[in-house]
Parts: sequence; structure tokens; C-alpha cells
Amino acid sequence: MFLLRLLFKNAFRHRLRTVLTMVGLVVAICAFGLLRTIIDAWYAGVEGTSSTRLITRNSISLTFPLPLSYADRLRSVEGVTGVSWSNWFGGVYITERNFFPQFAVDAPSYLALYPEYVLKDDEKKAFLLDRQGVIVGRKLADTYAWKVGDQIPLRGTIYPGTWVFNLRGIWDGVDAKTDESQLLMHWQYLSETARKRLGRSMVDYVGVYVVRIDQPDNAPLVSERIDTLFKNSLGETLTETEKAFQLGFVSMSETILVAISAVSLVIVVIIMAVMANTMSMTARERLSEYATLKALGFPPGFIVKLLFGESLVIALLGGGLGMALTLPIAAAFAKSVGTLFPVFLVSDLTMALQLAASVVVGLVAAAWPAWKMSRISIVNGLRHVA
Amino acid sequence: MKAIPLSYIARNLWVRRVTTLLTAGGMALVVFVFATVLMMGEGIRATLVATGQPDNVLLLRKGAGAEINSGIERAKAAMVESLDGIATNGEGRRLVSKEPVVLINLPKRSNGKPSNVTVRGTSALGLELRPQVRVIEGRMFRPGTSEIIAGRSVASGFRGAALGETLRFAQRDWVVVGVFDSKKTAFDSEIWGDAEQMMAAFRRPVYSTLVLRLNQREALAGLKAAIEADPRLQLDVKPETQFYAEQSEALATFIRILGLSLSVIFSIGAIVGAMITMFAAVAQRVGEIGTLRALGFRRGAVLVAFLAESLLLSLVGGVVGLAAASGMQAVDISTTNFQTFSEIAFQFRLTPAIAAQTLLFALAMGFVGGFIPAWRAARLKIVDGLRAA
Repeated sequence: MFLLRLLFKNAFRHRLRTVLTMVGLVVAICAFGLLRTIIDAWYAGVEGTSSTRLITRNSISLTFPLPLSYADRLRSVEGVTGVSWSNWFGGVYITERNFFPQFAVDAPSYLALYPEYVLKDDEKKAFLLDRQGVIVGRKLADTYAWKVGDQIPLRGTIYPGTWVFNLRGIWDGVDAKTDESQLLMHWQYLSETARKRLGRSMVDYVGVYVVRIDQPDNAPLVSERIDTLFKNSLGETLTETEKAFQLGFVSMSETILVAISAVSLVIVVIIMAVMANTMSMTARERLSEYATLKALGFPPGFIVKLLFGESLVIALLGGGLGMALTLPIAAAFAKSVGTLFPVFLVSDLTMALQLAASVVVGLVAAAWPAWKMSRISIVNGLRHVA
Repeated sequence: MKAIPLSYIARNLWVRRVTTLLTAGGMALVVFVFATVLMMGEGIRATLVATGQPDNVLLLRKGAGAEINSGIERAKAAMVESLDGIATNGEGRRLVSKEPVVLINLPKRSNGKPSNVTVRGTSALGLELRPQVRVIEGRMFRPGTSEIIAGRSVASGFRGAALGETLRFAQRDWVVVGVFDSKKTAFDSEIWGDAEQMMAAFRRPVYSTLVLRLNQREALAGLKAAIEADPRLQLDVKPETQFYAEQSEALATFIRILGLSLSVIFSIGAIVGAMITMFAAVAQRVGEIGTLRALGFRRGAVLVAFLAESLLLSLVGGVVGLAAASGMQAVDISTTNFQTFSEIAFQFRLTPAIAAQTLLFALAMGFVGGFIPAWRAARLKIVDGLRAA
């Protein structure tokens, strides 16, 4: 207890310096936490997947479609309990800056495969009845202040022309991991209208098939059955779990993710340098004190304890404050970026890592001064008093 | 007013080597992040901007925005080919390249993870329109065959894309008969083959892009007007340079904004470090300051001396950080451009403007961190200062 009081007294003897160091720590620990949360947000699509859903796409690449006729053949594959499909619409809402994912889906089967989209019964019915109707996630609706009944115009990039949709429902996610930033429209409507406008035969094609399987363990087996079924056909398929499919997207921006995580470590190293500087200054100033303590009979270990203790007190206070600030800042950040990150939550692991980073900074900063101070000779140290 | 000599200032930093090193080291890291981010944004921009040729014009279906979204029917392409203002080559053929562009999923050589690679169907005319492209290994593909040539970055970055290897897509085996270099432009991240073969294999009856050379730069307005006047065409006409600049915009802006906001947050840490160091420097030298003042140096001179010390400290950090960042120029990186949904390889690029901005940023950190301590030093009373001596 006595030691703890001494540590606190020591830590705040040079109030300005300690406060400045702590400001640095707060900023660094907070930034570290936010950067990690940004990386987590990138993986949010992966977290929100179900192990009983497979995605079947064209093996050439995602930009190549598959024939609609595959749906019936997929249903007959052993182990498959449900089939739906979706097309990437890629429309622009007013300007290119308002990006959010839009999918044209076979609504009845799609909603059955995604029970995590919780929709009111009357809204669901209204959506299924209105061919021009769309439903959106709560987060997306909040971003643009849409209400049920609003008209949403989208300018097509893949499907030319302007498309106007009626908002028929807003879904809530069953938990925080559920994506609430998408817009779903009727595939049937898109297909028929595109045929009228373009007169092309390209329209009886779908982007990807979503396949539900009876149990997760069968995923590799069913995937193989599907891909074998369509081997050497005009549209060869590649089937993978929804998780692997989403991971494929994440790995595309891997370079950026690696850079962000490297940078999140850099900030910890920066603050380590600042903190080490503070501690070595403190130690230098108190040289004579330590010599006196030694002269009084305290062992070198006590001085080591003093320095490490003081360093940890500052690091933990600053780090704790930084952690406390991370939550409101993350909430504000999530609000300001809107649908860019569908899910933006500070995870427990991030909090634990923030704490660990504070402790490491505190320990590393005190290491060198502690080693040096424990070795000073009493005579040399006392000479400084004069 | 007499100024305090610079050697005095520099020696002060040298006396407290450990502190100077730690503070400058922290700053160097911030500066390194700041500089590499700017270099990355510039690298992407430079790669894509250099891809376009000044006299070339690119045509896409109206509103498509990117090559893979676009579709231009053969009949429309023929109508465009007959318009005025298009240059001809030595054989009297009009310089128009009609190209299908698709994405294929290939595993990366490094970790086997798949990424999207752009495949472009072209012809000898396409090569003529892009003088920066040279086949550096092997030979050009023969028209009418399943032969392809791969860009330098694709050949080295993706499995099965090196010279002599075979890629299987669209139910065919394609032999890589050549590797081409396009002077560090976006084409380095593409695979090229015969346009007609590609269209047959991918079963796409439409072109994605028309690229043509103007007979003179002023012909653009006329061509644009002619295309807009024909309601059957529905095409967007853009100078190639502008098209590629737009393709780089989103990614470059994203990296720049992310990086700059990080640098600003990080700089708070470094500024705090500088402030702590400078406060300590002032506190240790109260006696010296009193003596200097007693010798006749004015408050202003003391202020300038301490500020200069802080600026020198930050300059050391800035130079070290910039030097480390310039080493990044040797690193080749690649990532997916969200706008085109395909892989693009690029280099970090250091320009004089970025170097100047980086050093200014470092000095600004030194100024902000050093001003309050220097102010405090200058405000010291001579009597108080001498008492401490």
C-alpha cells in the first residue's frame, strides 16, 4: 500500500510531463484500438456468414453469370435443402459517393435462406406483392433517412437507365453481426425490365446461387457434387462456403489490411519512444534520491520496483483512459462513415490487446532506466546532491 | 538583435543523446507513415495516369463507368469506325481497337489466394495504339489462336501466368507465349489475347471498349458531337488519360484520406514527445538561460534558440523518416482497385513535392511541440534564472 502511494506521488511530481505523456498514451491506445476495429470491420462480412450456406458462382470469375436453368438442377443435388440466387445490381444513388450493395434476388427463397434479416410480416407481404418494391437494412435506411413508402431512384451501371424502386420494408439484424447496409430488389422485375429495355438474351442469367445444405459437415461433399455436375458445361461452377466466398473479398484488399495493421503497431512503438524518454528523464533527475535510498539500505531491487511501478502507473492510467475513449469515438466514427462499414464494433479482443499494449509500453519504457539506476554507485549518486 | 549561435543549439541536442534519439525516432516513424501514404497514393495515380495516351480516346456504353460493365455491339462499333477524325496507320487502316475486357479469377503465386485479373482481347492495332507496350520475353500472340501474352506483374504475381505456362479458363487452355512490359502502367496487370478468340471463348457477343487514335487532338469535340448526335450509339466518349485518371481516383483518395488522418493522429504523439523533451531542456538550463540573458541576449533570441532546437530535432526525425520511406520505392505492391474490381500492381513513388510536404510536416510538428517550452524559456526573469545557476 505504501509502495503504491509512493508510486502515485512520484508519478505526479512532474505534473506537466506526466499529463503530456498520458495524453500521448490516450491518443496512441485509442488509435490502436480504432485501427484494429477497422480491420475487424473488414472481416464483418465473414463473421456474419452461416456454415449451412454455400455460394455457387461461375468458375471464370464473379463477373460471369450462370444460367437460370441451373436452379432446378441444384435443387436435385443430394444434401441441398434450399436454393436461391442473386445478381449484383451496381446502381448509383444520386452520386458515386453514396455506395451501398444492391442485389436483385429471388425474394421468397432468398428470405427463407437468410432468417437473420428480421422483417415485419406486413412489410414482407407488401414487398413480395410489389414487383417494383425493395427492402433495405436498418442502417442503410437511417443513413439516407428513408421511410417505408419512399421512392428510391438508382442509375444503373450494369443495367443501363434509371430505375425507380418503392421502399416496402426495413429489416433489422437478428444480432450485431448481421449486415444491415444492403438493398434487395426483385430479380424477376430486373430480368423482365432489362429484357424489354435491352432486348438481350443475357437477362436469364444470375450472378451467384446461394445453396442451403442439411448440415455444415457436408459442405465439402456437396460443393464437389455441384461442381462435378456442371463440369465441362458452358458455365462451369465453383462452389465454396459462404465464409470462404466472403474471405475471398477480404483477401483482395489484403495489402491495405496488412498496411493498416503494421501502422497500428507503429503507433505503439512511437508512444513507447515517448514513454521511454519520459522515464529516462525521470530517472536522471532522481539520481541522488535513488542513491540516498540505497544508502539507507534499500536493495537495488526496490529502485527497480519503483521505476517499473511508476512507469506502469502512468501507462495504465493513460491506456485505461484511451480504452474508455475508444468506445464513444468508435460509435461516432461508425455513424459518420455510414454504410461504408456494415458492422463497426470494438471487440473484446481489441480491448484486451489495448490493455496488453499499455502494459508492454510501461514495461519497455522502464527497462533501461531501471537497469541503469539499479547499478549506480552510492558515492556517485550522492555527489549529485551537492 | 544578436542571435544565439547555431552550434550552441546543435550541441545541446548532442549532449542529451538518448532523449534526442528517442524523440527524433518517434517523429521519424510518424514521418515515415506520412510519406509512404503519400507515395502510395501518388504511385497508384501515376501508374494509371501514365496508362492513357494523350491522343487516344476511349468509348464505353453510356453510364458504364468501367470497362467490365460496358458492352458495345458489333454494329455500333462499325458505325463508330466510320466517323471522321480518326487517324490511320501506315497501311491506311483506321486506328480503332475493338476490345472485349473480362475478369478472371487467378490464384496468386505467393499465397494461392485468388484475385481478379483483367483479360483484354486485342489485335495488332491495339498494340499500335499503346506504344508503351513492348514484348520483353517470348513473342506476340498469333491472331486466331489460343495464345496469350501476360503483363510483367501478372507473369510474376500469378500462378500459371509466366512464359511457357498454361492457364485454363473459359473451357480452353491458353498458352502464355510472351511477357510484356508497359513501362509501369496498368497494362502490366493485364493478360492480352486475340479479341475474336476471347469473344468466342467467353461467349460474349459484344465488345467492352473501343479505343481509337485521333488524327489531331482538336478532332475530339467533333467526334464527341457526332456520337452524341446519333441516338443509336449511346456511348460515353473520354480521352484515355482522363478515363484512367478517374479509375485511380477512388482508391488513391481512400488511401490518402486514411493515411492523412492517421498521420495527424500519430503526430499528436510525436508532438507530445517533442514537448516533453523541450520542457525538460528548458528546465535543466534555467541557469544557462539566465546567464545568456545577463550577457545581453534578448528574450526574442532565447525564444528563437529554443524553437530552433525543437525544429532541428524534428528535422532530424523528418530526414530519417523520409530516408526510410524512400527505401520503400524498391517495393512492388498490388491490391484490388474497387472501381475496376481487378488487381493493380504499382510502386511507391517519391516526388520532390512529397519530399517537401513531408519535411514541412516534420517541421510543423517541431514548431508546435517546441513553441510553448521556448515561450516559457523566453519569459524567464533574469534574476530567477541566475538564482538557479
